[in-house]
Formats: sequence, C-alpha cells, structure tokens
Amino acid sequence: MTNHSHLNCAALLGSISDYIDGELDPELCRELEKHLAGCENCRVVLNTTKRTIDLVHPSISQAALPDDVRERLFKRLNLEDYVKIRSE
Amino acid sequence: MIKSQSNEISLEALRLGDQAEFARLVDAYSGPIYRLGLRMLGNEQDAEDVLQNTFLSTLTHISGFEGRSSLSTWLYRIAANEALMLIRRRKPEVNLDDFGPGDSENDVTTLQFVDWSGLPESELLSEEGRKLLDQAIQSLPEALRMVFVLRDIEGVSIRETAEALGLTETNVKTRLLRARLNLREKLSTYYSERFIR
Repeated sequence: MTNHSHLNCAALLGSISDYIDGELDPELCRELEKHLAGCENCRVVLNTTKRTIDLVHPSISQAALPDDVRERLFKRLNLEDYVKIRSE
Repeated sequence: MIKSQSNEISLEALRLGDQAEFARLVDAYSGPIYRLGLRMLGNEQDAEDVLQNTFLSTLTHISGFEGRSSLSTWLYRIAANEALMLIRRRKPEVNLDDFGPGDSENDVTTLQFVDWSGLPESELLSEEGRKLLDQAIQSLPEALRMVFVLRDIEGVSIRETAEALGLTETNVKTRLLRARLNLREKLSTYYSERFIR
C-alpha cells in the first residue's frame, strides 16, 4: 500500500459519490477501496463527504410547512373546508 | 420523504375531482415542495409562490396525467419547473446549466484534507454551524443545488431525480458529486478553522 500513486486520486475521487450511494461497479469499488487503504487524503475526503451528507438530513425535519402558509395554500386552492383536517 | 403517503393517494379520485383526496395530496407533498422552493429561491415568499403555483398547475393538469411516471415524480417535475421559472425571472443572468466556476464535469477540486468527520453533531450543528450549512447549500450553483436538494435533502432516488429534471442518470450523478464535494470543501474550511488546530 505504500507505493500507490497519487495520480489516481482525482480519478478515483470522481467515483466516491457513487461509492457512497452503493452504486459503484464492483471492480471499481475494489480499486477504490485498495486506493483508500493507502491514501489518507482520500480517506479524509470520503469520511467528510459522508458526514456532509449526514448533516443535511436532520436539518430538513425542522423546516415543516408553517401553518399560515398551509392556510393560504388551501384558500388559494379553494380547499378551505379541509384546512382543519391535516392528513398525517 | 413522502412516498409512504403518496402510495395511498388515489389517482382515480384525483382525476374525478375529489376535493378531499386533493387536500390529502396537498398535505402529503406541500412540505417537501415548500422546502425545495426555500432551498432554490432562498426566501419564504418565493417558496410560497413555488408551492402555490405547483398545486394550481397540478389541479389544472391532473385530469390529463396519464401516470407514466409516479405521482411524486410528476409533482417534483412541476415544482422544479416552477422554481426554475421564478429563478429565471428573479435572476435572468443565471445560466441554469452552469456548474459554477471551473465548469467542467470532470473538474472536481479537493483542497481541504482535515478530518472533521468525528466531531460531535452538537458542535457541527450548533446554531452557527447550521447557519453556515444553510448558506453553503444556498451558494451552490442552481444546476447543482436542484439535484442536491432532491437527492440528498429530500431523499429522492437518482432515477426519480433524473426523471423529474429531464436529465440522464449520469448527469444527475455528476451534478451530485460536484455538489457534495463543493459543500464538503466549504464545511471543511469552516470546521477546521473552528474546531481543529
């Protein structure tokens, strides 16, 4: 692992998104993992990219539709009769 | 994610003009569509316009919807178009196909190699950290941001994102890679300055 070439870094990093999503071709996957084992910088990019994706998930639950926005939407759609019934 | 609710909605009832069913549709999808508007336009008023226009358009066209794509894909397509139309109106100078500086599909720049991934969430998502995350997402070029919002924030599949935006799956993956690495760079700069010596 000590003699790997950093020339591959840019090319392999182009695959990390697919790797994270589990969509990478098995052969490329093995190649990437072999490279990662010997390249600390690429491991850092992988770890921090995964963490970046994790971080955006919790932030979404906070942005529920505000009640006043929902009320105006129902009014605009002539659905006033249903505004008090909020579907789960 | 909204699929569990969308599966229960009857397309037949919607086509027949069933108002109660349409109200259920609105409740199932309005949150994600409002969030998409907020992320793409950056302010609440424009997000509300995207939301209202999306459902007005849905109401107008539901009788002709043939169900060749899923209801959720169709709604995301309408919402994405509404958001992009509003962006064109607000910022005519923006090229919606641009990936931003270094506009090449293969140009992925990584300059930050500080590993902040082990920091606790309480530090990463402090009030200031959360604000920075929002700003960083907002600063992505529109072409990348739309894909990122659908795929990574709303959890829409690659295939559905491609269908909704009229892109190939390869295009979606390329934009997603660039968006993720772009965001990672910004967060790396911020977190390494604050938490890591």
